This record gives sequence, structure tokens and C-alpha cells, in this order.
Amino acid sequence: MKYIKYIIAGTIFGIIMNKSEAVSWYRIQEMFRFQSFHMYGIIGTAVVLGIIAVRLIKKFNVKDATGSAIVFHEKDKAYTKYILGGIIFGLGWALTGACPGPMFVNLGSGYAGMAIVIIGALLGTYLYGTVKNKLPH
Amino acid sequence: MIEFIKQPWPWYFSGFMIIAVMLVLIFFGKSFGFSSNLRTMCSMAGAGKRVKFFDFEWKNQIWNLMFLVGSILGGFIATNYLSTPSPLKLSPETIKDLDQLGVRFDGGLNPSSLFSLAAMKDIKTIAILLIGGLLVGFGSRYAGGCTSGHAISGLSNLQIPSLVAVIGFFIGGLIMTFFIIPLIF
Repeated sequence: MKYIKYIIAGTIFGIIMNKSEAVSWYRIQEMFRFQSFHMYGIIGTAVVLGIIAVRLIKKFNVKDATGSAIVFHEKDKAYTKYILGGIIFGLGWALTGACPGPMFVNLGSGYAGMAIVIIGALLGTYLYGTVKNKLPH
Repeated sequence: MIEFIKQPWPWYFSGFMIIAVMLVLIFFGKSFGFSSNLRTMCSMAGAGKRVKFFDFEWKNQIWNLMFLVGSILGGFIATNYLSTPSPLKLSPETIKDLDQLGVRFDGGLNPSSLFSLAAMKDIKTIAILLIGGLLVGFGSRYAGGCTSGHAISGLSNLQIPSLVAVIGFFIGGLIMTFFIIPLIF
């Protein structure tokens, strides 16, 4: 039962991603072709509000539901992996129109082909795990 | 209110709601990052016995898998109960560009010519989806996060590494859109 709140949060996330059309292959193509403000507006609004929210949480030392201090993890500073991994991710994002969250939202939205994309993503994750030590990070 | 929800949501409301979800997860003592679920699923399937990267306490990630289950449910609810039949308002330029690539705009969220069950008869379509998924899975783990972990959570916390990753997302996306898709579609 302790997990029910995460299922509810995920359900709301799925509804948001569907209704915002951020899960749309067409919208992602439109974004990479710079032909609409829609996706930039979504990401831009989220980032601006996110920056303000994180700042306020830090400033007022807001506690979480269990009363523990909220900690934000610093990403480690090794740039090769971010740029190379990012480019590989971007290639797949533009091709399938789906990042990991939207793959599952789209599956629920009735697009059976997303199951193939998910299988691919699991294979890709596994492949990364096997070659991780040979890659520059 | 239900009438408002049934319409496609404006970008500012969508952006606001995404941050609301991020804050809810933070309030629960977690963080918003979806792609780590892919690693967790590999571990659940036993990949940790062969590859060290998957040998970790995946049970601590069950909450995120539940979030994933919810996201599938959310997609189902939105499509079946919270939608109007009106077509997506895609830019006319995009419709024209995609038409030239042989992808006809059908008004849905995703082209059924690529993602419907019927489209799975075409081996080339399956290859495109499988390879695309592979790139997303490989790239998100290599970069240590996806759109939620880097573009939303990371940028909100002013992380330069996340900005580098997001720039990478765009370099890759532009290369695919303008150089590779025209060759393979």
C-alpha cells in the first residue's frame, strides 16, 4: 500500500504527458524543425518554475514528508559522457519521438509499436552496462 | 473543469504540471528521473549476475517502477476518457515536411503508419523502432539521465552537466532529423 501514492503520481504524470502532447512523435519532429513554440514553451516553463522551486526549497530548508531534509544531488563533473551519451540519446529521441517516460505513456495510449521501442531501450541499457568500462566517461 | 482537461493543454499549464509532479516526488523523498527504470528492469530480469552495472539493490527502486506503471495507466485514461476527437494542431510546415518524407499526418499523437499494430508487419518499421529505442536506452544510461533527470530535474538545480547533456540531446536530435531521417524514411 505504501506504493499507491507513486502509482497515483505516475498516473497524473501519464495524463500530463498525453494531454500536453509532449509524447507526440509529431510534436518532437516539429520541435527539432523549430516550427512551433509548443515544446519549448513546456520545457521552458518547467525549467523556470523548477529553478525557482529548488531555490526556495534550499533557502527555507524545506523538509520532505518524512521530516528529512531535502537533498539535491550534484551531478559529477565528467563531461565526455554527458555530451556523447546526450548525442546518442538525441538520435533515438528524434527517431522514435519518445524519451523513456513517453514510451510507456504511449503504450498505455494504445500505440502497440511502442512495445518495440521499449524492448530496444532495454537492450540499449543492457548493452551500455556490458561496454561501460570500455567507454570514455 | 473536465471540459478544460479534455482539451489539449496549453504549454504553460503543461510545464507547470510537470514541475508539480517533480515537487511531489521530492516531497516523497525521491527524485524525478524516469530512465533509471530501464536499468532496474534489466536488474530484475537477472542482468546483475552477468554484468556488474546491474548488480545493485533494485528493490529500493520499486517506487519508481510503480510510477512507471502509473504512467501507462495515465496514458490509457487520457486517451480513453479525457480526449476530444479533434486532431492535434501541428504546424502546417511540419505537416508538409513530414509529407515529403512519406509520413502522412493523421491527426493523432503518433503516426499510425509507424506505431500501430498493423504497422508491425513491416520489418523496416520494426527495425527503425528497435534501433531508435536502443539509442535512447544506451544514450540515457551513458549520459546518466534522460529528459526528466537532466532537462527537468538537473536544469532546475542549475547543473552544468545536465546542460551539457541537454545540448547533446539537441545535437543528436538535429542530426537525426535533418541528415539521417531523410535517408532512411
